[in-house]
Amino acid sequence: MEKKTPLYNKHLLYHGSMVPFAGYLMPVQYENGILHEHRLVRSKAGLFDVSHMGELILEGRDALANLQYLLTNDYRNLEIGKIRYGVLVKPNGTAVDDLLVYRLDEDKYLLVVNASNTDKDEAWIRDHLEGSVTLSNFSDVIGQLALQGPSSKAILSKLCDTLPEEYYSFVNHVKVGGLDCLVSATGYTGEAGYEIYLPAKNTVSLFEKIMEAGAEYGLEPCGLGARDTLRLEASMPLYGHELSEEITPLEAGLKMFVKLEKERFIAYEALAIAPKRRRIGLKLTDRGIARENTPVYVGDRCIGTVTSGTMSPTLNEAVAMALIDVDYLTQTEFELDVRGRKLHAVKVPMPFYKRKP
Amino acid sequence: MEQLYFTATHEWVKFLDEKTAQIGISDFAQHALGDIVYVNLPDVGDNVTGATRFGDVESVKAVSDLISPVSGKVSETNDVLLESPEKLNSDPMNTWIMKVTGDFDKKGLLSPEEYAVLIAQAK
Repeated sequence: MEKKTPLYNKHLLYHGSMVPFAGYLMPVQYENGILHEHRLVRSKAGLFDVSHMGELILEGRDALANLQYLLTNDYRNLEIGKIRYGVLVKPNGTAVDDLLVYRLDEDKYLLVVNASNTDKDEAWIRDHLEGSVTLSNFSDVIGQLALQGPSSKAILSKLCDTLPEEYYSFVNHVKVGGLDCLVSATGYTGEAGYEIYLPAKNTVSLFEKIMEAGAEYGLEPCGLGARDTLRLEASMPLYGHELSEEITPLEAGLKMFVKLEKERFIAYEALAIAPKRRRIGLKLTDRGIARENTPVYVGDRCIGTVTSGTMSPTLNEAVAMALIDVDYLTQTEFELDVRGRKLHAVKVPMPFYKRKP
Repeated sequence: MEQLYFTATHEWVKFLDEKTAQIGISDFAQHALGDIVYVNLPDVGDNVTGATRFGDVESVKAVSDLISPVSGKVSETNDVLLESPEKLNSDPMNTWIMKVTGDFDKKGLLSPEEYAVLIAQAK
């Protein structure tokens, strides 16, 4: 039986199409559809319920040392009020999860993890903790909304006078519409925006306040469908697709988040070796869409598979990310076997879409 | 006299005359698929078989088979859909995908009333 987020009844009120996702009943889209929601976020703003995401707090004198050991990134110079992405890895270098680390206080960090992995991550981290540190799971009592798009700042400014300025920074214990929140300048859409955390019991109230403040900007709730096409255009990895327990962050092209120069960590040996596969971006030049698991060919040789693909609503082209054999990285043209049809694709730089500064 | 039938896989077929049928997808189908972004059409001259795949339709969410309601030969395809697949969303009952010629067997096809019952149960 799937769990419901605090906004479940709001989703029904807005005619959301509810689907099971990561153990929750979540809206895949609302009445106007994925394309509309996608374009709304690119042009104005959209409001997403992301209360399903997991929130773990790591606290204690040795909290930093444990982050340094378990994650690929280096958190030594992460200041209070700042956020840094990282990958939780196994000794073989493959990903347990990818997550955001918020430094809340001197020895206190918030880890925001994928909903489907919350329990797994908690168990994995707990099994590996050393020294003076405690791990707590607050996922069920924290709600989260993502306000994304160019009008996000104008909308949220109506409700809050201390917004985080810098990308990947946050302000804690600020009032948004009178409600105590943590506001973070982060997102998963490739647009400017905010992710707002608050006690689960206040989520409905915050949703109503933001929807009201955003009405003059055309704000609408947006679902998981648009969240996926938006992140795909921005070439952001999605756990289970571009990263998994079979895929390392190096293979996923996330080398800038793997800091080998820090002290030794759980996957140092595995990630010190150059990967045999790499993530690339593809654009289809034949008509059709290549989705996850589509085989990638050079000539008659299968050299990889598509990890995510869609029709890009902004570019109006079919794009895909694929994991391919590094021997073919210089290759520019590929064939994709889409349900028995061989479709031509060319390698293109990622991200497929980048917002204008 | 034009006769309209449906399939349990949510296609519609209009018999324009004894030998010619037009095929599309139902409003229920387009709604379930969501925004349609691509239609993989058969080639003119292809033989299609009743209850068998003749192409596919891609929405943002997923790909779905198009199942032919009848057997015959494809005489025309609606190439407007190559550029404007969203017409299947906006006006599904008036947007045909292919025309088929043949000697048709209507066995197994659903009348509009029977189809209405089917989708009422699906909802």
